[in-house]
Amino acid sequence: MAERTFKLPDIGEGIAEAELGGWMVKVGDLAKEDDIICEVTTDKATVEIPAPFSGKVLWIAGEPGEIIAIGGDLIRIETDHVTAADGAPQDPPATEEAQVDAKQAPAERPQPAAAPAPDAAPAPVAAPQARRPEPHRTQALGPTGKPLAAPSVRGRARQMGIDLRQLRGSGPAGRILHDDLEAFVALGPDTGRSGGRTERTGTEEVRLTGIRRTIADRMAMSKSRIPHFSIIEEVDVESLEGLRSALNQKFAEERGKLTMLPFIVQAVARAIETHPEINALFDDEAGIVTRHAALHCGIATQTETGLMVPVLRHAEARSLWKNAREIRRLSEAARDRRITPAELRGSTLTITSLGPLGALATTPVINHPEVAIVGINKISIRPVWDGAAFQPRKMMNLSCSFDHRVVDGWNAAEFMATLKSLLETPAMLFMEWQDD
Amino acid sequence: MTDLSTTLLVIGGGPGGYVCASRAARMGVDTILVEEGKLGGTCLNVGCIPSKALIHVAQEFHQAQRQARDGYHGIRVSEPELDFAASQAWMSGIVSRLVSGVTGLLERSGVKTIIGRARFIDGKTVEIESETGRILVHAQKIVIATGSRSAELPGIPFAGAVIDSTAALALQTPPERLAVVGAGYIGLELGTAFAKLGSKVTVIEAADRILPQYDDKLTRVIRRRLASFDIDLHLGTRVTGWNGVAARLLLETPEGPAEIGADTVLVAVGRVPNTDGLALNELNLQTDRGFIEVDEHCQTRMRGVYAIGDVTPGPMLAHRAMAQGELVADLVAGHDKAWDRTSVPAVCFTDPEIVSVGLTRHEAEEAGSCAISEFSFRASGRAMTLDDAEGFVRIIARESDHVILGMQAVGPGVSELSGEFSLAIEAGLRVEDVASTIHAHPTLSEAVQEAALATASMANHG
Repeated sequence: MAERTFKLPDIGEGIAEAELGGWMVKVGDLAKEDDIICEVTTDKATVEIPAPFSGKVLWIAGEPGEIIAIGGDLIRIETDHVTAADGAPQDPPATEEAQVDAKQAPAERPQPAAAPAPDAAPAPVAAPQARRPEPHRTQALGPTGKPLAAPSVRGRARQMGIDLRQLRGSGPAGRILHDDLEAFVALGPDTGRSGGRTERTGTEEVRLTGIRRTIADRMAMSKSRIPHFSIIEEVDVESLEGLRSALNQKFAEERGKLTMLPFIVQAVARAIETHPEINALFDDEAGIVTRHAALHCGIATQTETGLMVPVLRHAEARSLWKNAREIRRLSEAARDRRITPAELRGSTLTITSLGPLGALATTPVINHPEVAIVGINKISIRPVWDGAAFQPRKMMNLSCSFDHRVVDGWNAAEFMATLKSLLETPAMLFMEWQDD
Repeated sequence: MTDLSTTLLVIGGGPGGYVCASRAARMGVDTILVEEGKLGGTCLNVGCIPSKALIHVAQEFHQAQRQARDGYHGIRVSEPELDFAASQAWMSGIVSRLVSGVTGLLERSGVKTIIGRARFIDGKTVEIESETGRILVHAQKIVIATGSRSAELPGIPFAGAVIDSTAALALQTPPERLAVVGAGYIGLELGTAFAKLGSKVTVIEAADRILPQYDDKLTRVIRRRLASFDIDLHLGTRVTGWNGVAARLLLETPEGPAEIGADTVLVAVGRVPNTDGLALNELNLQTDRGFIEVDEHCQTRMRGVYAIGDVTPGPMLAHRAMAQGELVADLVAGHDKAWDRTSVPAVCFTDPEIVSVGLTRHEAEEAGSCAISEFSFRASGRAMTLDDAEGFVRIIARESDHVILGMQAVGPGVSELSGEFSLAIEAGLRVEDVASTIHAHPTLSEAVQEAALATASMANHG
């Protein structure tokens, strides 16, 4: 038996610390080599850390939300083997007695084989984050026909004025546990709600951890440092939608379906050719705006853990379908939390779309240190005056925000006008019209 | 006449009464306890404790005789002699040590103890006839804990050679011929002890089996053992009379009338509650054949009057009385409590012992389908080293969820398994819980785990 310490490895380029996400093991558990033991969150990515060796978990570094330095102790595991290469001795493992015992215990009796659990009695496993322990389907009764509970639980229930018959236990065979009593007190009976309106009481504290905290920090920085202004422009997308559906009819099966997003990416890639001040990063401390030739387009993506912005690199150099496929790959990776830190950094301009929820207009927040953000609102059929009559046209609003320190209103309006004309005459997205 | 006022008056200083009084007093309740005989009650003075001491003496003597005759486990001794007076002295020594322990406990707890006889004047007032005169006690709460005594056979009162268990424990010599009427646990415990001490014992039982509350499989081992001690057993037999002059007991056997000679007749046909003489008719209590009906707070029909122990319906066992006493003390001290115990363990200190907790096999099967597993001590290494491998452990679980409903065992020293049995049932464990609990090797308790494994998966040694 040996106690081995595993230190938090370097998981991304140049980061010094990471935040603990969640533990998949607790002290006393048996960890298996390569099983995931915990998640840590860096700048924006969540990285799963596998167990470096098998053994019993003796100590873990802290609670979710705590910051751990790269190279700091992450977990201590008691392994089966003594490893000479384990370096300097850690805290002396308290296993000497156990070793002596193991030697003295004669192996006179066969080890009992692992007993299969009967189908009739599945052992419920409490999910660590569950607000209410998973209750048993039916009320479990003891030999006297009363609810199944230990004497201490029964006594406490009496003191709390709780009739145990109102509870469903979450313990083995539906036994009512202390946790069930507490859940009952906190959350009330786990039965169907009555139709009557009642006052709701209680508050819930949600601790910001991981990606959520990063989002909060980044948004606060953007909004406090960048003087935003927004322009909302209306775009007639009748032609663009016609083109999109024609292309989808022709190629969707072999190349995948096109959404509006790759067309907008294409339009932005063209528009920044004449508006390089929009595709730029502003280092406000150094006072330098770095204009980028490449469009590394951030795609704001909603995930279960919060907003993430994977980066579509060199969007200017890819075809419509390649961009579409890359966007799909990135957003799926972000949602599945498979995204790598590298795929989350280096954007030069960000596009945000709320999809079908897209609202009439939005005031998007710039992804610092970028200087602009392009927001897409949803398409709807609106009446448009053609000079003689109102025509039903597919219309879409663009809501863009700019950093007023480095982008003037005039430039922003020009950029918007360029985007509008590119999208309203979609052939211009693919033609070399500027050379003539 | 002295007048006293108190918060709590406990009538009876047996296991229920003294636990209740001392616990209440230690929680700050002003408490008086009245006892007409000796503190400690039946259990300590003339019941559990001296009978276990007698059983121990008898077993030691029996063992010595086996060693004397042919040698036993390689030990050979010369013919042993029984100095029963010395045995009695040892037994009384234990009793007086324990009685003074209870006396000290009550003193330290701050209980005022009065020796005397109590009778109710009304629900708040009790008159005590003590050596120092009459005392009138006014109490806010009164606990009736007066216990029980041996029942008489109709027409054969306790007199002369016809004795109850109390007198049997006080015998100065083992009788030559002892007739035991009643094959319940008291009759069998004492009958077996006297047989081992050299008495020729005959047991007469009206039912067609011994220990009628247990199933046949549990009692079969005991019955075989009785035969090995040369105890004659007359089942389905009634005692019709006692001819004291000729020292003959008249019987009605299934084959017809019969009679046997006996020097002493121990009547152990049950116990009756001590509720007469208290002037209970002054109170409006509900009784059933002398037992005082109580609710889940051990409260009688009359507010502020509680009853605990053998005077209440239920198993007449010291540990039940103590649990009830504890409950009432807590209630009087202002705590919110109620009787919610799942089981009261029952132990017979026969040879071998029986322990039963929770539902019996029959009760469990009535209640629904069960998973029943048994593990024999024949496969127990520990039982073999005790040279006593007869018996088994049984676990009865509900078929659907494997919650343990009942546990029984018969075998050497299995009374000590009662704690695990009670804990498992009281805590609502499943057989899987017991099966997954490591039981030390080599102990008899391994049989418990093996029986649990048999239902959970398979016994490792079964």
